[in-house]
Amino acid sequence: MNFVESFRIAFRALAANKARSLLTMLGVIIGVAAVILLVGIGLGVEDEVTGSLEGLGSNLLFVVPGQYEGGMGGGTPPGRRFTLDDVDVVQRRVEGASAVVPVLTAGATAKAGNRAVRVTVAGGSDLGPEVFTNELAGGRHYRRGELQAASHVVALGSKVAEELFPNQDPVGKKITLDGQRFTVIGYYESLGGGLGGDQDTQVYIPVTTAQRLFNLNSIAMIVVKAADPDQVDLVRGEVQRALEPSFGAEFTVFSQEQTLGILSDLLGTLTYMLAGIAGISLLVGGIGIMNIMLVSVSERTREIGIRKAVGARTYDILSQFVIEAVALSVIGGAIGVAIGWGGALLLSETTPVPTNVTAWAVAMAFFFAFGVGVFFGVYPAWKASQLDPIEALRYE
Amino acid sequence: MSDEARIVLETRDVTKTYYLEDVEVNALRGVDLAIRQGEMVSIMGPSGSGKSTLMHIIGLLDRPSAGEVVLEGRDVSRLAPNELAALRNRYIGFVFQAFNLLPRTTALTNVELPLVYGGVSGAERTRRATAALERVGLGDRLGHFSSQLSGGQQQRVAIARALVNAPSIVLADEPTGNLDSRSGIEVMAVLQALNEHGITVVIVTHDDRVARHSERIIHVFDGRARDEAVLADRIIAADELAALPPEEATS
Repeated sequence: MNFVESFRIAFRALAANKARSLLTMLGVIIGVAAVILLVGIGLGVEDEVTGSLEGLGSNLLFVVPGQYEGGMGGGTPPGRRFTLDDVDVVQRRVEGASAVVPVLTAGATAKAGNRAVRVTVAGGSDLGPEVFTNELAGGRHYRRGELQAASHVVALGSKVAEELFPNQDPVGKKITLDGQRFTVIGYYESLGGGLGGDQDTQVYIPVTTAQRLFNLNSIAMIVVKAADPDQVDLVRGEVQRALEPSFGAEFTVFSQEQTLGILSDLLGTLTYMLAGIAGISLLVGGIGIMNIMLVSVSERTREIGIRKAVGARTYDILSQFVIEAVALSVIGGAIGVAIGWGGALLLSETTPVPTNVTAWAVAMAFFFAFGVGVFFGVYPAWKASQLDPIEALRYE
Repeated sequence: MSDEARIVLETRDVTKTYYLEDVEVNALRGVDLAIRQGEMVSIMGPSGSGKSTLMHIIGLLDRPSAGEVVLEGRDVSRLAPNELAALRNRYIGFVFQAFNLLPRTTALTNVELPLVYGGVSGAERTRRATAALERVGLGDRLGHFSSQLSGGQQQRVAIARALVNAPSIVLADEPTGNLDSRSGIEVMAVLQALNEHGITVVIVTHDDRVARHSERIIHVFDGRARDEAVLADRIIAADELAALPPEEATS
């Protein structure tokens, strides 16, 4: 008997028990749909987060004191911190840079009238908007003169503006940061969820003002923007040569690519985790197939006896039942792919949740379903093939 | 049929012993018999006589504990289950008491089943299955499901299935056991008609009246067999049918 024949027999048997076949498939359908949907969400979020990081401004280099080898965690603590003089050195000696921005961040309490909110103070320079891509909602960023004069001017993140001045235009109002008085000169659009959420609770002041506010001479890091995106590596070399005389090897230059790499590694792991969880439901679907195939084998004992009596060999019975189980899982898998894919599209259309269904995820889910069908179909089929024809024919 | 006809199947000192919950059961204690080409033989015996076990061995569904089963000149008593399956497909056609058609399956598909496992496909398969059904008078019931057929018709489908591979022996196990008397006689008439056309028929039954439709009866008792010829008063089913009062047509 050939394979085509086994297929025909298997499909006839499935069609004879439509409701049962459909319910059994449901387990696989849900499993496959869940894998595709959850992996789609994982990849979608990964894309959006890395996309919004890229939106920070491409071609960025982050220079921090201390030696780091692998990722951003670990490494030796910095021996010496950067000062604004080092920023000047970089500015003078790195030719390929279109902007060099010192960054100093620290926590503080912001107050306006009787309202108070905990904020992150980000000290930067007038070139900040070159590097970071926040959109002003009103007012302006501080200017070079205010940086040099260490003026007490501040631009608010969207959440801070909302908390301190609900339903008002904050521009021109006064606030205090850790007791010192500042004039609000501008405020920003919300950056929305994800990593951007952080930036909505920041306030932006000149780095010189920040050093006085926190009583520091140092800054946390230097952000360098390469003028040409193809020359990031060249600029990195220039930065290294500029700082080596005073720091030796005691500093590290991260490119944005590295930062992105670390993040997408992290989010990738998350996606695998989601796939794993969904995979478990697929496994449960497989157990459902095995269960129903065992029932089917015992119900059709007499049929198996008849087939054996008229000449079916062990292999014929085995393949008939394996094909039935695989057909259940593959048809279920196909329906699951359709539902998962459709669901992912619907989700990204109707909600802010981003999704990205890749061919890779679809193929994985589908072949996993196929594998589940084979794995859980073999045992019941083997049982069927081992039945003694005499016993099977007597079976009521 | 003459005694000189070729022997199709022969058993030589066949014994079968099995264990039922540690109790030794000697179902067959040395059976010698021979089935010749073209004859119609009944194997008869009360329940517990070993006739079912003998039928399983003749039908190659089971292997003897000792002794030889020779089919078409070849000792098949030690073959593996898959080899026996191939031989059943080629040489044996079964007719069971309970018809044993596949449920939710048409008459034609049921009759095609042995051809499926015999590797016959496509138009040839349909042609042969159709011819077999026409031979048992069901040429107009090809697409009917088993549930749409009467008991007698179902048994005739089963006979067509037994015939379709042109086997050496049609082995009928209590073929009339689940039928009313008229349908039973009809089925016996079909078997006798097939035998007239040269098909070897072996009937296994406990019913003396059924057995007397054949040319020869082999009595089985206590796991042993002895021959008895019944040539003189053989029942001809066609005559019985003619003698029955006319009934409303069943087909």
